[in-house]
Amino acid sequence: MSTSVAPWIILFTPLAAAVGILFVGRYSKPLSAGLAIGSAAIGCALSWWLFCQPDPAESLSFPWIQIGTDLQIPIGVTIDHLSKVMLVVVTTIATLVFTYSIGYMKAEEGYWRYFAGLALFLFSMLGIVLADNFMMMFIFWELVGLSSYILIGHYFKRDSAADASKQAFIVNRVGDFGFLLGILFLWAATGTLMFGELTTGGIAVFAANPFYLTVACVLVFCGTVGKSAQMPLHVWLPNSMEGPTPVSSLLHAATMVAAGVYMLARIFPILAAAPPALDVVAWVGGITCFGAALMATQQDDIKRILAYSTISQLGYMVLGIASAPTPDVSMFHLFTHAFFKCLLFLCAGSVIVGMHHEQNIWKMGALKNKMPFTFLAMVAGALALSGCPFTSGYFSKDLIIAWAVVRHPFLGWLSVATAGLTAFYTFRLVFAVFLGKPRDEHAKHATESPAVMLVPLACLALPALVAGFPFIEKIFFHVADPEEVPFLLHPALYALFFGGVALAWTLYGNAAKDPVRIPFFANRLYIDDLYDWMVKHIQDGGAAVLSWADRWIVDLLVVQVPSKIAWAGGFVLRFLQIGNIQAYAFFFGAGVVGLLYLLIFR
Amino acid sequence: MPTLAHYLLVSGGLFSIGLAGVLLRRNILIIFMGLELMLNAANLSLVAFSRFHPGHDGLPGYNAQVLVFFIITVAAAEVAVGLAIIVALFRAKQTTHVEDLDTLKF
Amino acid sequence: MQLALFWLFSIFTLLFGLGVVFFRSPVSSAMSLVMSFVGLASLFVTLDAFFIGVVQVLVYAGAVMVLFLFIIMLLDLRTEERRPVKLAAWAGGGIVIGGFIAALLRVVVSLPDAWQTKPVLANPGLNDVAQVGFALFRNFNLPFQIIGVLLLVATIGVVVLSRRELK
Repeated sequence: MSTSVAPWIILFTPLAAAVGILFVGRYSKPLSAGLAIGSAAIGCALSWWLFCQPDPAESLSFPWIQIGTDLQIPIGVTIDHLSKVMLVVVTTIATLVFTYSIGYMKAEEGYWRYFAGLALFLFSMLGIVLADNFMMMFIFWELVGLSSYILIGHYFKRDSAADASKQAFIVNRVGDFGFLLGILFLWAATGTLMFGELTTGGIAVFAANPFYLTVACVLVFCGTVGKSAQMPLHVWLPNSMEGPTPVSSLLHAATMVAAGVYMLARIFPILAAAPPALDVVAWVGGITCFGAALMATQQDDIKRILAYSTISQLGYMVLGIASAPTPDVSMFHLFTHAFFKCLLFLCAGSVIVGMHHEQNIWKMGALKNKMPFTFLAMVAGALALSGCPFTSGYFSKDLIIAWAVVRHPFLGWLSVATAGLTAFYTFRLVFAVFLGKPRDEHAKHATESPAVMLVPLACLALPALVAGFPFIEKIFFHVADPEEVPFLLHPALYALFFGGVALAWTLYGNAAKDPVRIPFFANRLYIDDLYDWMVKHIQDGGAAVLSWADRWIVDLLVVQVPSKIAWAGGFVLRFLQIGNIQAYAFFFGAGVVGLLYLLIFR
Repeated sequence: MPTLAHYLLVSGGLFSIGLAGVLLRRNILIIFMGLELMLNAANLSLVAFSRFHPGHDGLPGYNAQVLVFFIITVAAAEVAVGLAIIVALFRAKQTTHVEDLDTLKF
Repeated sequence: MQLALFWLFSIFTLLFGLGVVFFRSPVSSAMSLVMSFVGLASLFVTLDAFFIGVVQVLVYAGAVMVLFLFIIMLLDLRTEERRPVKLAAWAGGGIVIGGFIAALLRVVVSLPDAWQTKPVLANPGLNDVAQVGFALFRNFNLPFQIIGVLLLVATIGVVVLSRRELK
């Protein structure tokens, strides 16, 4: 096998699995799970093998769309360092989550539908990672949105899940509209959609018109805002927690939402040529990172807390793209975040299964002794997330913060403050769930999850702790610290971490209910309410106008009136139908003679 | 010598007779015969034109005669189907009189 | 001589044509239709269209008219009883026919070469069957095939229509 064929196998095995599950899945649960896990495992093994190989000189690609000479779009794959790292992350995490799903979904309905959705998702995600042009990436981008829609709406009989899946889909449309426009902008100027050509020769086209490039980059960034749940399009991510927890873990924490960041990394040379666009990216990322952390401090649902922390961490990555001189800095955080956030979600899933699908952290408590293994894994993930010194999150996040402080001081210090908030809300979650007293019947009788769920936890806990160590980082990334970091930065980060944990311990170490009430944070900065208001008043107003136009202009004037005229004409004419054949012949003959006169003697 | 006008007038006369049969007779079989007369009147004018307007090679316009041939063929098919319909009609209504066949009205 | 033959055949044709319309018995009508077609075939021959004349006699005077007579016999049609003549029908028919004849006369009068005599042909012989055959199979081969299919369709249609249990 050569390195140019392997990516195609990695890409299409999950699709084959998805199709196979569609046909045979309904007859056998183990078969559908086995197909999905098998495809992920094959992809995983090949990805690691590919990672160890040198980059292929040229990759296989097939011509696909050819319109004149202006539009040439092949289907091809990019194999470079960036995509290989991403392949490894996606397939590894996917394999673990697929395995974990066997335990989590055991008693759920739609078992095969779920695994078909997961396999389809894996196919789409790998398509984004491997795409070598914008068109192909956009198609897989939408496919990812589709599989996300399918999986969030897995419990489609529940209204909230159906609504959440629709919301995720529609909110992403808003971002993707900008993304598509941006792609068209870039194509119109350079005449190519290939990443390779765009990032090397394509930028020169814009030298004369930097403003155009800025607009195009900001539009492309809209795609990231939607897919990676940046403000103000972040609202769908917390609601997507209606899906099964492994889905939240794989799609809405570890991989899919990182697609936006990956796309920014892929086109980084273009972005770097447009500094104003990078400023926009930095501000969106910084504000998202801080705002989402604020919202996370007052949530009660275990998965929503993690969802807001995901948004916050994605904000870090976006900020890192805009601040660091190389996208590897953000990809490094994406890499570590994938492990510890996936771990946290899987732990949350384990807790939720143990609690019989109760998700409110104020109905849990004292699970430490009932679920010791989950507790340990959760603590490992929490330490990494909150940037405890010498865990993976510490290395990657501090790198981003350091670059941000150097390049964008205000946003940098905002992200420093966010680090403290992160420690606080993460350990608020841990303390409320695992310490204190049981506050509910379920909490008293919770039991540890089965081994099929615990093994992935163990597999993830290790990289969550160590994936950031410099010797591992050197294998995957080439990053460097900024040269002059403010003297106070690292002490401040240590202090904020310990301060956050201590504050969480003081407030929540043994609390029966939340001692702090900040409605502004608990209500998610009222952004959702603002959207509700907009939908209710502005959009419904427009819809009312259109409905009126539809009813009275289209239905009445365009449809009803002509139909009535035709009917009336038919009513008059039907009196000519007298049933006498010879009368018809007479009409016919008279008509012919009349026509003769008209045509010949006119 | 007869001229083109002669033939056209005979053709028109035959057509008028056929038309009169269609319009005035009330037996559906006779109406059908009138139709045949009209078709043949048209054939006569076609053949007359083909004879009176030879091509550059001095031959009559044989395309017109081929058209006449096709008309005869289609007319034969038409007669067969039409008579079958009349038989079916007679079986259902026991009449060939068109004034008794007036179901198709408002 | 030609003119005399022309008048003989055309008067023959038109008179029997009138007979079709005015005989009361369907059998008489049919028989006069046969005679009219024979007259028409003679007119074709005066126009040097021998093949068409022969086909006219064979197909019309032969096959088609036999079919007519057969149906008349099958339906056992007698001389129809007199019904009151409808004045409106006669008036309407008269108007249409009159309009048609007037149109025809105007066309014939305005036709520039209407009164020219027959041009001399390059093939005064009797080989027009070959000529029609060439035209038919060279220039009109596809229509010829389609006509064949049409006849097949008509045959099947007639078989279906004549089935007794037709509903």
